[in-house]
Amino acid sequence: MSDGPKAMIECQDIHKYYGDYHALRGIDLTIREGEFFSLLGPSGCGKTTLLRTIAGFEDISSGAVLIDGKHMEDVPANQRPTNMVFQSYAIFPHLSVAQNVAFGLRRDPRGKAEKAALVEEALGMVGLKGYGNRAAHALSGGQRQRVALARALILKPKVLLLDEPLSALDRKMREQMQVELIKLQRQVGITFVLVTHDQEEALVMSDRIAVMFEGGIAQLDEPEALYARPRDRRVADFIGVMNFLPAQIIGETDSHVTVQVGGLGQVDLPHSQISRANPDDPEPTIGFRPETMTLIGPSQPHTQARETEAVIDEVVYYGDMTYYDLRLENVPEPVRISMRNVFGRDVQAVGTRTRLAWSPGSLVLFR
Amino acid sequence: MSQRSVEGSGLRIYAILYLLFLYAPIALLPVFAFNSGTIIAFPLQGFTTDWFVQMWANATLRRALTNSLIIAVSSSLLATCLAIFAARASTRFEFPGKGGIMGFIMLPMVLPEIIVAMSLLVVLLGSGLSLSVLTVIVGHTLICMPYGIAILSTAFSSLDKSLEEAAYDLGETKWSAFRLVTLPLVMPGIISSLLISFTISLDEFIIAFFLAGNEPTLPTYIFSQLRFPKQIPMIMALGTVLVALSIVLLAVGEYFRRRGIARIGGKDNGGFL
Amino acid sequence: MTKRIFDAEARQGYSLIAPPFVYALLILAAPLLTILAYSFLTDGYLEVVKEFTLENYAQVFSDPIVRKIMLRSLLVAGLVTLVTVVLAFPVAYYVSFMVRPERKSMWLFLITIPFWTSYLIRVFLWKVILGYNGVINSTLTGLGIIDEPLTFILYNVNSIVLTLAHAYAPFAILPIFVALEKIDRSLLEAGRDLGESRVMTFWRVTLPLAMPGVIAATLIVFIPTIGDYVTPELIGGGKIPMIANLIQVQMLALDNRPLGSALAVTAMSIVAVVSLIFLFLNRRFLKVRQ
Repeated sequence: MSDGPKAMIECQDIHKYYGDYHALRGIDLTIREGEFFSLLGPSGCGKTTLLRTIAGFEDISSGAVLIDGKHMEDVPANQRPTNMVFQSYAIFPHLSVAQNVAFGLRRDPRGKAEKAALVEEALGMVGLKGYGNRAAHALSGGQRQRVALARALILKPKVLLLDEPLSALDRKMREQMQVELIKLQRQVGITFVLVTHDQEEALVMSDRIAVMFEGGIAQLDEPEALYARPRDRRVADFIGVMNFLPAQIIGETDSHVTVQVGGLGQVDLPHSQISRANPDDPEPTIGFRPETMTLIGPSQPHTQARETEAVIDEVVYYGDMTYYDLRLENVPEPVRISMRNVFGRDVQAVGTRTRLAWSPGSLVLFR
Repeated sequence: MSQRSVEGSGLRIYAILYLLFLYAPIALLPVFAFNSGTIIAFPLQGFTTDWFVQMWANATLRRALTNSLIIAVSSSLLATCLAIFAARASTRFEFPGKGGIMGFIMLPMVLPEIIVAMSLLVVLLGSGLSLSVLTVIVGHTLICMPYGIAILSTAFSSLDKSLEEAAYDLGETKWSAFRLVTLPLVMPGIISSLLISFTISLDEFIIAFFLAGNEPTLPTYIFSQLRFPKQIPMIMALGTVLVALSIVLLAVGEYFRRRGIARIGGKDNGGFL
Repeated sequence: MTKRIFDAEARQGYSLIAPPFVYALLILAAPLLTILAYSFLTDGYLEVVKEFTLENYAQVFSDPIVRKIMLRSLLVAGLVTLVTVVLAFPVAYYVSFMVRPERKSMWLFLITIPFWTSYLIRVFLWKVILGYNGVINSTLTGLGIIDEPLTFILYNVNSIVLTLAHAYAPFAILPIFVALEKIDRSLLEAGRDLGESRVMTFWRVTLPLAMPGVIAATLIVFIPTIGDYVTPELIGGGKIPMIANLIQVQMLALDNRPLGSALAVTAMSIVAVVSLIFLFLNRRFLKVRQ
């Protein structure tokens, strides 16, 4: 990766204070050219502040922002090579769709006809061909979103900043726009930086994700790594569903740690499967994702994997999936397993005594 | 259900009676303005437009009207300009002491006018400045400003903060972003503020009475004529014209307010105040 | 460095607020401070003697005529406020709860129009209605109900109260209407759902929630009426003065600025005390609700 694409945005030890409140606590971050990058975290974690810092709307208390290798300290927002899609879309209500899209071209020396062609092209890119004369306030949420995109992209920025752009849309529209945004990003090849609190959205859309908590970056990784190997307990809690079992460390060598796991028994885990526990709850725990374990029907033969006895406590049917809450021996809290409802597999009943097949490779130790 | 509708119609009758009570005295204006009798009393005598003719020919009244218009136009412009500053400062920026400063600027709204008028008068007389139309403008600007601020604060605060940021992000300067985006969107508020300040100033009596010196304004002229019974029919004609003018101004203001709301696709949520 | 950023926003705010603030300082604060200073000075013939004294306030509080006028002003303003607010509440309630949303602004428009028409003429019209040869008397004599015009309906406190109540009616409706509009309608349904009658729901839910509006209306009516100059002059015939008339007489006719100033300061203090009492009540209401 070191000789990969060049850096587009570099954040160097950025600190930001609002009065006494420490909003950004030493952000070091490099976003590559042409990348779809997401800042993910709960509200108040500083992700929007960081985005607005990159855009130039917020002054930073210390540190530096570089865009395309250039220091941004004395470059105001209106001269940065970035454009923004606002959470509220900020469509100018007194202008038509075309006037909105052409807004940033006011100082452009090109002729009227040329600008009109650019507007039409930008509208076409977001699927709004022929909407130019509509009044902006008469548009639906999804259409406003597209106008905001066209308005930003028409200026051919080096970076497009998106502040929770999908949060105001309903679920169906949101899923459709996710796919469209990915396609659009590939088509224009511009670096996209997305702020979102929706982990699913970040996983679906991003090349890389920075997970933020309390003004700092907890983990920066590709979606798969983030999901499978959360580096600490907060990230694991925030992304997807994870089961936690009490654990006891009984031995440690250079290559692995031996752990006694409640309900599962003894396992050896390599150091790559070890993450940090919460500082305020340092007891070691084992975590695993619901889909990494499988129920085995009573008639099915034994597998290569390890097996554990379990009793079905609750069944939640989701159509394509079924969630089972299982009781393991000596574990007070049930664990959740998800099973795809494929052809020939019956949904099992509550109270059924069953076997759980798993492999140590899907476990993460938090300590 | 029926209980509710009984209650509703009872209240409705009450509300209509209340409106009648509000309008009854005003309804008398045109009745006596077109009545040929010189005494304001029933039964009515006959139809005449003499009082309007007499009003039109009255030189002092013209002078009062000119003065009032100069005062109302100047003070509504001044008050609205000052109100734009205050409303933007209070809705857009946080700074220490904001509440106190704003409270102080809004104070004339809750201060009896006689006190504003008297204290200003004492200072003006003490400093040897002569009373004129100008001193009334100064006073009216002070009392119109809070109304302008109230109207414009609503207009400014209903504005999405990211609109201006978006314009700035798209390459405009802070000033051109304000001019291209904020100003057109708060324009209905500015027009409302101008109209309401104008109406307040045109009607204002106390400050004009004490600060105008020998210059008449419409209300002080009316006040001075009320002592003479034979002038009353003409005052009724004048009142008719003023009320009609007020209603036209208000209707225009309401039209702009609604158009402003419709233009940005907002929801109508009530009247002027 | 954090200090600088904090100051940047504050600086912009201050520079924007400066013009209106300086204007209010010059045109409002300076004169108010002047009369405050005058109220502690001694009156000389045609001039103000720069000698500290409390004599003016002693006079304000001991003179029976001054006391009578102060009490009358309080009484009139109190009555006007009570009448206006009580009469206005049902109208505000009707417009907020019974009128269809799209017609609400028309109702508000109708209610506000009279307020924007010349105050002076509206006050004078009551004189026309109530006067010796006025509408009521000429109608009654014309119909043969009475032989002599009634004299007791004009030039008294009742007629002042009636005129002021009419003049400030729209002032009372609007704040109550705004408070009622803010009430979440599902709260009322919840009240009914929990087994309360309509009347009890109104008493236990609607009225407490409307209280801030009622208190705002009270202040908005009380403050200008206690300082009203025109109505006692026209409807009271100058024989039933209120605070404003007294101040004007002392300041101008008698040219006793220190005493006039002391009266003005006292009047302002009364207004401030009454306002604070009501604002305190309002706070109590809000606290109870939480």
